[in-house]
Amino acid sequence: MIAILRLALKSAWARRLTLGIVVCAIALSTALLLAVERVRSDARQSFSQTVSGVDLVVGARTGSVQLMLYAVFHSGSATNNIRWDSVEVLAAHPAVDWAIPLSLGDSHRGFPVLGTTVAYFEHFRHGDRQALAFAAGRPFSEVFEAVVGSAVAAELGYRVGDRITLAHGMAELGPEHADKPFTIVGVLAPTGTPVDRTVHISLEAITALHLDWAGGAPLPGLAIPAEQVKKFDLQPREITALLIGLKSRADVFRLQRHINGYRGEPLLAVMPGVALDELWQTLGMIERTLLALSALVVVIGLAGLMATLLAGLNERRRELAILRALGAGPGALFLMLTAEGLLVTVLGELFGCALLAVGLFFGAPLLQTQFGITLGGQLFAGNEILLLQSVLATGLLASLVPGWRAWRMSLADGLTPKN
Amino acid sequence: MNGSAIRIADLLFRWPRQPRPCLDIPAFEIAAGERVFLHGPSGSGKSSLLGLLGGVAQPERGAIELFCTDITRLSARVRDQFRADHIGFIFQQFNLLPWLSALDNVLLPCTFSATRRQRADDVRAEAMRLLTHLDLAPDLWPQPAAELSVGQQQRVAAARALIGRPELLIADEPTSALDAPRQQAFVDLLLRESGAAGAALLFVSHDDRLAAHFDRTVALADINRIDGAASA
Repeated sequence: MIAILRLALKSAWARRLTLGIVVCAIALSTALLLAVERVRSDARQSFSQTVSGVDLVVGARTGSVQLMLYAVFHSGSATNNIRWDSVEVLAAHPAVDWAIPLSLGDSHRGFPVLGTTVAYFEHFRHGDRQALAFAAGRPFSEVFEAVVGSAVAAELGYRVGDRITLAHGMAELGPEHADKPFTIVGVLAPTGTPVDRTVHISLEAITALHLDWAGGAPLPGLAIPAEQVKKFDLQPREITALLIGLKSRADVFRLQRHINGYRGEPLLAVMPGVALDELWQTLGMIERTLLALSALVVVIGLAGLMATLLAGLNERRRELAILRALGAGPGALFLMLTAEGLLVTVLGELFGCALLAVGLFFGAPLLQTQFGITLGGQLFAGNEILLLQSVLATGLLASLVPGWRAWRMSLADGLTPKN
Repeated sequence: MNGSAIRIADLLFRWPRQPRPCLDIPAFEIAAGERVFLHGPSGSGKSSLLGLLGGVAQPERGAIELFCTDITRLSARVRDQFRADHIGFIFQQFNLLPWLSALDNVLLPCTFSATRRQRADDVRAEAMRLLTHLDLAPDLWPQPAAELSVGQQQRVAAARALIGRPELLIADEPTSALDAPRQQAFVDLLLRESGAAGAALLFVSHDDRLAAHFDRTVALADINRIDGAASA
């Protein structure tokens, strides 16, 4: 038994070039499978943890997915706004602990601008209930002060003290609010959420920017200089969305019903967890297709293993007959071939894991900055063990076929191979 | 040594899915230590007979006794072990595992048979002794078998068959790849070594020019009642 396995090892070593190529194929396909699974699960994780600690997201009546898209992901735009008096009523509701108004619509060089209050920095949570942290500086306190997310700062090279101007609308080359520049007073630490790609200013600043604007363009003949805006009432008349935290989570359904039936104007309140799941469902197809495709690549890799072993078997017919004459039974030859296939599979998996580890080391920072997906550091997380086991099981299955062929061949050939 | 090395009685063998049997041998015997030349044209059933003697194939009927053990009554696993313990095989060419060194090829039977390992005592020393005895230069021993000449390979194969002193040597056309002068030399080598080891030798070939010097010459057609040419 041991002797046969030692011989199998030596025989495999003699064919190391061919088998090495198969090992590479399996390593690459395993790494691909694991990488897809890693990105998939971590993307989902990042996604579902985009916002936490917020009990309800409120907007004008629309679809819950749309509401999440613009209120949380700052993508797309609201068709309707919430009136400020509704905000005041909801914020005063006895079940409500805090309410953060959000106002969207402007941008800075492609990054969305979010008008909000300082309460945002205090109550907004992401990931596992992590608060926003400042990498540098402080929250805004004056009208023309801004706090930028980490990705904005990194990509545009901004530091505390830099001055920026905002553009109206989301177009990169939209009309500029050039007369009212902002000073960056804070840079947020990376979160892996859309917060990183957002410029935060106060609600009052949003109002101030648009004092001399109407219908998406500056009013001709009217220009209110930045230093004079404080003379105006900067209380917003409407906002885009409202994040609500409750005193007790038990009230969430009651308040949701209350808001959805609010008489002042048509509103929609959604629970972020539920809506994010719903949104993920729409993306889930792609995710599952990707996983299925990479599983297929693994199957192709293992089919290559089987083909290589089977093709080699014809050339090794003599070898098997010699072993047979020396006393090896058909079972031993079966074991020899199967062990070889299994060895190649295991080596392929090991190299695949190593490849993934190296890939993660270099690729994770890129994914984090480009896509906001934070990849977990540990190597064998969640489904990955299961996937590796499935690959191994499939590899074993693929190796049984040449093993079985060797068995049959040795019985048919006897001591003198037919060729 | 007394008794018989091989005793076949009332043997009938047919390959699976063949309408006619290819071997029908009423009686055939080789005494212990006897050196027999068995000749017959290709297709006359020589390979089938060797398969039966090796215990790789099973007859439809009859007994094959090797050293008083009827191997047809043994299980497949025990037959494999019996072959490993008692028979040394030498084939035509491509006798060796190409990826093992000459020395490791000689040692192979000892990994499959504890009996032969014990009889060889110090297996490496015994392998080296046999290789030296068969005139294979020590600098060739560590070389992969694939790099040896055909003549060298056949001598390694002979050493492998001889290690652990099996009681029966079976050679199947071992000289067919050698040129004429070397053929006779190799036959003489086998006769000498089997004689020295006291092993019975069954030398199978279609070329009866090599039959001189054997104790006995047998034509397969004489012991087999089935006409090989007709069944092939």
